[in-house]
Amino acid sequence: MATPYIGASIKRKEDYRFLTGAGNYTDDVALPGQTHAHFVRSPHAHAKIKSIKKDKALKAPGVVAIFTGDDLAGAKVNGLPCGWLITDVNGQPMKEPPHPCLAQGKARYVGDHVAIVIAETYPQARDAAELVKVDYEELPAVVRAAEARKNGAPVVHDIAPDNTCYVWGLGDRAAVDKAFSGAAHVTTLEFLNNRLVPNAIEPRAANATYSRADDSYTLYVANQNPHVERLLMTAFVLGLPEHKVRVVAPDVGGGFGSKIYLYAEDVVCTWASKQINRPVKWTADRSESFVSDAHGRDHVTRAELALDREGRFLAMRVTTTANMGAYLSTFASCIPTILYATLLAGQYTTPVIYAEVTAVFTNTAPVDAYRGAGRPEATYVVERLVETAAREMKMSPAEIRRRNFIKTFPYQTPVALLYDTGNYEATLAEALKIADVAGFQGRRADAARRGKLRGLGYSCYIEACGIAPSNVAGALGARAGLFEAGEVRVHPTGKVTVFTGSHSHGQGHETTFGQVVADRLGIPMEDIDIVHGDTGKILFGMGTYGSRSIAVGGTAIVKAVDKIVAKGKKIAAHLMEAAEADIEFKDGAFVVRGTDKKKAFAEVSLAAYVPHNYPLDKLEPGLNENAFYDPANFTFPAGSHICEVEVDPDTGTVSIVNFTAVDDFGKIINPMIVEGQVHGGLTQGIGQALTEGCHYDKESGQLVTGSYLDYCMPRADDVPAFKVGTKETPCTHNPLGVKGCGEAGAIGAPAAVMNALTDALGVRDIEMPATPQRIWRACQESKMKKAA
Amino acid sequence: MSETRNIAVTVNGKRYERSVDVRLTLADFLRGPLGLTGTHLGCEHGVCGACTILVDGQSARSCLMLAVQANGHEIATVEGLAPSAERLHPLQEAFRDNHGLQCGFCTPGMLMTLVEFLRDHPNPTEGEVRVAISGNLCRCTGYQGIVAAALDAAGRMRKGG
Repeated sequence: MATPYIGASIKRKEDYRFLTGAGNYTDDVALPGQTHAHFVRSPHAHAKIKSIKKDKALKAPGVVAIFTGDDLAGAKVNGLPCGWLITDVNGQPMKEPPHPCLAQGKARYVGDHVAIVIAETYPQARDAAELVKVDYEELPAVVRAAEARKNGAPVVHDIAPDNTCYVWGLGDRAAVDKAFSGAAHVTTLEFLNNRLVPNAIEPRAANATYSRADDSYTLYVANQNPHVERLLMTAFVLGLPEHKVRVVAPDVGGGFGSKIYLYAEDVVCTWASKQINRPVKWTADRSESFVSDAHGRDHVTRAELALDREGRFLAMRVTTTANMGAYLSTFASCIPTILYATLLAGQYTTPVIYAEVTAVFTNTAPVDAYRGAGRPEATYVVERLVETAAREMKMSPAEIRRRNFIKTFPYQTPVALLYDTGNYEATLAEALKIADVAGFQGRRADAARRGKLRGLGYSCYIEACGIAPSNVAGALGARAGLFEAGEVRVHPTGKVTVFTGSHSHGQGHETTFGQVVADRLGIPMEDIDIVHGDTGKILFGMGTYGSRSIAVGGTAIVKAVDKIVAKGKKIAAHLMEAAEADIEFKDGAFVVRGTDKKKAFAEVSLAAYVPHNYPLDKLEPGLNENAFYDPANFTFPAGSHICEVEVDPDTGTVSIVNFTAVDDFGKIINPMIVEGQVHGGLTQGIGQALTEGCHYDKESGQLVTGSYLDYCMPRADDVPAFKVGTKETPCTHNPLGVKGCGEAGAIGAPAAVMNALTDALGVRDIEMPATPQRIWRACQESKMKKAA
Repeated sequence: MSETRNIAVTVNGKRYERSVDVRLTLADFLRGPLGLTGTHLGCEHGVCGACTILVDGQSARSCLMLAVQANGHEIATVEGLAPSAERLHPLQEAFRDNHGLQCGFCTPGMLMTLVEFLRDHPNPTEGEVRVAISGNLCRCTGYQGIVAAALDAAGRMRKGG
């Protein structure tokens, strides 16, 4: 019987509660006796803290307690750790300045947390915070990556007098230089990869409680990886025994990377809950989210591609300066290095590549992973270079790509990755068809008749997902393992609860993982519940980011299911008095091969829990298994995006008239959910290209784009109805053949949009976000050039 | 010290009388004292639309209204949308069937915005739906599933769904 589960667009199990207002997000959690916290934040980008006076605030109505950096230092609360050690080109470790949970001595960005005010109600905490008198001595600030290393730039941390965290390199520099010297053509681009604010619609929140009864803590927190949060908070910051802290990440309203990290607010609320012996609740408002969530991207890059006369790529050289912000966030250091430079081969056979990345400190919010994390930046470099080279060499953008595609697998790139499978020609061919590229010139001519400019742009991206083989990650500097854990608990009646270390904050794991288990066990999905997001229930977990959940978390579950089936076979063999080797598990029943003798799954599970007729001398009762899975390699989703834009040169407005994405995610469990992931990713990628830009004032260091009125999020009428397709080359090293799909859209889209836009405008480059003002200016400049 | 006022509001058909701080927003009143946490706060400056509710049948941002301003008015929130625990509103069904939601955080605001829109525009075009929800931010779906759900729901509701 063909399984009805894998590959079916099953409607989501989680939707009922979200549609009826019955979700349970962190701010919905109300604990008895809870207090409310508000953080005093630095209004300055860079300032010495000369003194903090809290007496007046302490006397304000409802105030319970106020704590500052001195209180934390006195209690030996450590700073926030960075989870990835990067070693620089000289073999030296990166500079790791302390990251205090409440500022000590200095505030280093607008929004840096200086004190926590705890009161009976939130308005009381907020009112009292205004009475906390902080005496600041303002210092000059540096906010832009390109300026951080200039002579005389303000120094963010004394331990890094040149504001440099590290200078890191990957690839064979000498071979690259040699290849460039013999190249027939060199394409060079310089650009910014614009700084973005992740902006999950649910703001960050925490509600922490301490129990004197057993000296334990419970933290409810909007987070993508509760076990990682607990590990970092207990072992590195608070010095608490891990088993005394339970971290619950209930329903979480979007993450996109910004909720991976251990944030100061989480630590301070947890610590304070013991000091006042009451729950401490904090929920960010949007202004706080803008100033204090980790941001994304913010690269300055010079990139060069060397080609031979036929348009074959000979070498690539990339120099990037990456803005880390004021402190190293949890995974900040690995984003512009391990997750960026390793992707610079893209889908191509470029034989030699050298990348040098300089990470700098500035007086801005910390920068860390945001959907795609390093891979959108890499794709932007590669795909803008390739498209520009095609234009310069008068080749079709499809042809130059085909000429350079990797065609045989496995393929070892010159930047450390080993691609297992892919079929890049197939995704491109399908995208060309769906996007009706053949008819483009006609549409362009038609637009021209209406006074509009049409352009077409490609982006053939690759990503490394399913992070990661722990030994590889460890060799590259990771300070954690990157496996995943799963547990399958079969109840006596044959119903199943699955516990996963992956975390769903919109991805629909309760459905997709349910489909996987239903398929493997041959039982209805209604009989299976997926539990995630609670260290008190789930054995362990590394969480959800890097499109890893199905490839790593899903595989851990499969492995646990396999153990269930293996044990079930032993029980069934006993019940049916057959040899274990003769038992097969098929369509939800244990069958004696070649006979009609069988035991349903529920009969076997009942026997496991009511072991009257049971091989107790050889087998433990019960049916509950767990598994850890550490992947053998990354997975390599890849695809082709084609964007068609139309520009109104009189107003500078651009509309995306057509966007096609053909992706290879390996095996697909639920096409509906996968399509949704693609749509969302594309929209964030289009946001980066056209609307979103996080901007700090150069002089004052103030965040200029600190609200939804200043930071332009893509809206429903900014994006088209996407046309999506898939091609399938199953991943070779996990049992599901899956690769992951969560970030693809955000990775591929920016280059596709900007290639289309530069094609429409006939310009070499235009800065992201390409706002109407920038486009209008480009149109005017080219008009003037033509007139001259 | 905060001043308080006594107010009486009807929420999802049920009447509540409470004494509230004059500075309390309607959103915080619904979520706190009334325990109706289905209405979400995403920005508290009236842009994201997650807190959208109906006041006397008209959509409003509950983060931009004070609780005292709701005195004497009828409020509808997401919790009152489904006719029963077993049966969803056709718009809710269409959201589920068209993958109109992922993390679910913007969903209540989307639903309440669209309930009003589809009541007033029972046969909209795709473009009209996109404009209708352009005051509601969703960071997950890319809006495509939401637009499909709205069009699907319009069809179901025209048929008396």
